Amino acid sequence: MATTTTTEVTIPFVEALAAYEPVLGLEVHVELNTATKMFCGCATEFGAEPNSQVCPVCLGLPGALPVLNEKGVESAIRIGLALGCEIAPWCRFARKNYFYPDMPKNFQTSQYDEPISHDGHLDVELEDGSTYRVEIERAHMEEDTGKSLHIGGATGRIHGATHSLVDYNRAGIPLIEIVTKPMVGAGERAPEVARAYVAALRDIVKALGVSDARMDQGSMRCDVNVSLMPKGADRFGTRSETKNVNSLRSVERAVRYEIERHAAVLASGGSVVQETRHWHEDTGVTTSGRVKSDADDYRYFPEPDLVPIAPSAELVESLRATLPENPALRRRRLQSSWGYSDLEMRDVVNAGLVETIGETVAAGASPAGARKWWSGEVARRANAAGTDVVPYAASVGVTAAHVAELEGLISSGRLNDRMARDVWDGVLAGEGTPTQVADARGLRLVEDSGAIEGAVEKVIAANPDIATKVRDGKVQAAGALIGQVMKELKGQGDAAAVRALILARLTGAPSAE
Amino acid sequence: MTDLIRLTADEMADALAAKDISSLELTRAHLERIAAVDGGVHAFLHVDGEGALAAARTIDERRSAGEALPRLAGVPIGVKDVMATKGLPTTCGSKILQGWVPPYDATLVTRLRQSGLPILGKLNMDEFAMGSSTEHSAYGPTHNPWDLERIPGGSGGGSAACVGSYQAPLAIGTDTGGSIRQPAAVTGTVGTKPTYGGVSRFGLVALASSLDQAGPCTRTVLDAALLHEVIGGYDPMDSTSIDAPVPPVVEAARRADVSGMRIGIVRELTGEGFQAGVQKRFDEAVEHLVDAGAEVVEVSCPSFTYALAAYYLILPSEASSNLARFDAMRYGLRVWPSDDASAEQVMAATRAAGFGDEVKRRIILGTYALSSGYYDAYYGSAQKVRRLIYDDFASAFERADVLVSPTSPTTAFRFGEKMTDPMSMYLQDIATIPANLAGVPGMSVPSGLADEDGLPAGFQILAPATRDERLYAVGAALEQRLDAAWGGPLLDRAPTLASAFSGAMGSSYADARDGEGR
Repeated sequence: MATTTTTEVTIPFVEALAAYEPVLGLEVHVELNTATKMFCGCATEFGAEPNSQVCPVCLGLPGALPVLNEKGVESAIRIGLALGCEIAPWCRFARKNYFYPDMPKNFQTSQYDEPISHDGHLDVELEDGSTYRVEIERAHMEEDTGKSLHIGGATGRIHGATHSLVDYNRAGIPLIEIVTKPMVGAGERAPEVARAYVAALRDIVKALGVSDARMDQGSMRCDVNVSLMPKGADRFGTRSETKNVNSLRSVERAVRYEIERHAAVLASGGSVVQETRHWHEDTGVTTSGRVKSDADDYRYFPEPDLVPIAPSAELVESLRATLPENPALRRRRLQSSWGYSDLEMRDVVNAGLVETIGETVAAGASPAGARKWWSGEVARRANAAGTDVVPYAASVGVTAAHVAELEGLISSGRLNDRMARDVWDGVLAGEGTPTQVADARGLRLVEDSGAIEGAVEKVIAANPDIATKVRDGKVQAAGALIGQVMKELKGQGDAAAVRALILARLTGAPSAE
Repeated sequence: MTDLIRLTADEMADALAAKDISSLELTRAHLERIAAVDGGVHAFLHVDGEGALAAARTIDERRSAGEALPRLAGVPIGVKDVMATKGLPTTCGSKILQGWVPPYDATLVTRLRQSGLPILGKLNMDEFAMGSSTEHSAYGPTHNPWDLERIPGGSGGGSAACVGSYQAPLAIGTDTGGSIRQPAAVTGTVGTKPTYGGVSRFGLVALASSLDQAGPCTRTVLDAALLHEVIGGYDPMDSTSIDAPVPPVVEAARRADVSGMRIGIVRELTGEGFQAGVQKRFDEAVEHLVDAGAEVVEVSCPSFTYALAAYYLILPSEASSNLARFDAMRYGLRVWPSDDASAEQVMAATRAAGFGDEVKRRIILGTYALSSGYYDAYYGSAQKVRRLIYDDFASAFERADVLVSPTSPTTAFRFGEKMTDPMSMYLQDIATIPANLAGVPGMSVPSGLADEDGLPAGFQILAPATRDERLYAVGAALEQRLDAAWGGPLLDRAPTLASAFSGAMGSSYADARDGEGR
């Protein structure tokens, strides 16, 4: 059962899909962000000093007993409702018995045949605009285990380690495990479906406010089950279970890799071993973990130290009333109200700017202006600072109201784009609001038409050759004249108005004014 | 001094309140008694003289300052070693917990401390409360004060022998299938298993979570009621705790009124299998209750026949899971089978060395009963039987206010007599187990000495859940009549230990100490 690091044979994805139909099953663990643990009053802060958030209960000391966190149950019900699940009117916890050093009681308090919610679905949107419905088998409550740190080995895994350290801060943090029914029919889109499902689930729990859903911090973890069956077959093949696939990209890659690996095994006449596998982010392969069979026996039985949970219909309905709009539907609604293209919307979503742009529009900016500033100027500076837009804005004190105000200064004709960027510099330097900065720096478009006309006359007179070209129909040559006029106006002219005036003077085209 | 320790806890409380004695005097008298007789009885696994005297001093100071104190403030107590006590070793009678000092107090222990009862120490028990004789204690058995060559019952033999030998007026026991009641019966003392959920289990090291219940071990019914009142009541730290006031047990014990009460004799818990002398004392006790104004009805609880079988599936199942945490990783014993052993190998070696045979037997039984493919046939069926027993109680309590039976089928047996035959040991609890399966309260009070061996027999009273006060009404009424008939408490007829101890020094005591290394 030692971990093998031998790279296994795979066959190309396209060939694999030509012969086999992939079947997926995803088990996603979501850590709830309750203030205290599932069965005791310990804090749940991430990254605290090891073993500083523990007590007799979560350490499993002899005699200690669990007491259920009501808030955790409410979060579980809200997740169930958001996934269209039925909420059990009566359910219990069960003990899942197995030995492991980071599990204080050597049983995990979980749910077995009586999950709090079951039989739901989640529609996920794919790149091509189509929708795939993922059927949810169950979403149940359980407690997290401690965390083992293996010291002395080359890989950080237990194999080869000289000793292990255990941090029980995580032990007892509430988890919701969301299990899909077998996902069939996705074909070559299976990796994309898996990724889109996990992304959609992440968006939902974040919108519910029940979890940080940070895959990088382990507050959302994904196990990927993959099996193949020959096309046209009606019986599922043997599955592998790839544990702790901890980014959206890895979910997609792990599914793809397992499809290629299974196909190679099957094509060579072999049979797939039912086992857990480890995903290696760096090399993009999975390696064999522990052989797992259906005979694995956790000796589940109802947890006698907890009383059954019987959420009333009133409670369930009051929680249903707190559900936020489905994130996917909400995005579609906002995209249409903002008038963004699919590409523009995807950029905004990927940059995590949906909420920010919503706030900016609510503060009075046009959707186009809001997007231009956040995805443009602010994103560029965030990128230069090596961070994401939202945390960057927060760190430099830039708010949606600032952006809306700046955008208002432009659309009202007070500032042009170049002046606006100057104003930004001032806002970022902490000089005040955009209006305060513009006032302090004396930034204001020249509104005196006499001054503009004077500058235009002067530049035309000084550039007779260019003026002739423009008169002869080479309109693009006017750019050089506009630049000089703007220079005359010390940058504080309205470029569009200048352009219109030049063209009117030279070609007789109607002036904007 | 000798007189002091022979008072009831109620009398001690009176003397303390009247400032006739101090808690320091009282506690010291009991520590002296422990020093004198516990070498022979071995009720204590750990004596905390210093802690008890410090607590006694504090109570005396508060009393002299004029503070109003709880009724039992200053009365010392012993605690079964299955309850977590902060700063005091807690071994559960097992090698695997040798040296473990809990960082927290059980809720029950907190209540004892808050009520000002000095804790004398921790009391011996069968390992993890598995047994009916204390012979399964990893630290050697406790001896019955009536005959040091006999068992004091179990698992709470230490608690019963402690109060029976005047080493404390009060003790805490726990009862999973009879571990308070059967020791009370065979030592001529009183023991109550309250309604499941009536006393917090937080800090009680679990044997079988759905069956365990802590309760009082005393010499009189009123003392049991006084202690019951201290330890009972809702605890938010125990999800199975009943959110209701403690039943009026003290009032019931004082009134001792059974007039018009319907006493149900359970047909399945009398007659065949019960020692003749035990049965005879039981029948006489029923007559006493009739004299006191009670009415007798016979009830049948047919499913009780299956109680023992169901119990020995449910208990090991829960125990196999509860005891899984003893794995050498965080506390207690750690055995290294080799220098480079893996965590799993250390766990296995530690459990092999740290658990006794009976514990291993039940872990294996429970693991088997919960295994996939066997679950329905064993654990599942046992739960169905449990439901039937619950129903049997419900219909019996429609016809009777309390149910009665002999507590234990026999008087105290000799050491070693049942060690090679677990089934005969298990049968000791045949009459006490149904109450645990149904969660109803039960009590054992002395019914007299069996003619054939002159040893104590017990009378069991069972009441509907949350109606614990009925136990005390019946128990106190019976106690009054029997004490009057005997011309004093039954324990007055026990051999005076000091002489029994010195007289038997050569044989039984030495033999018993040899047994410790087992």
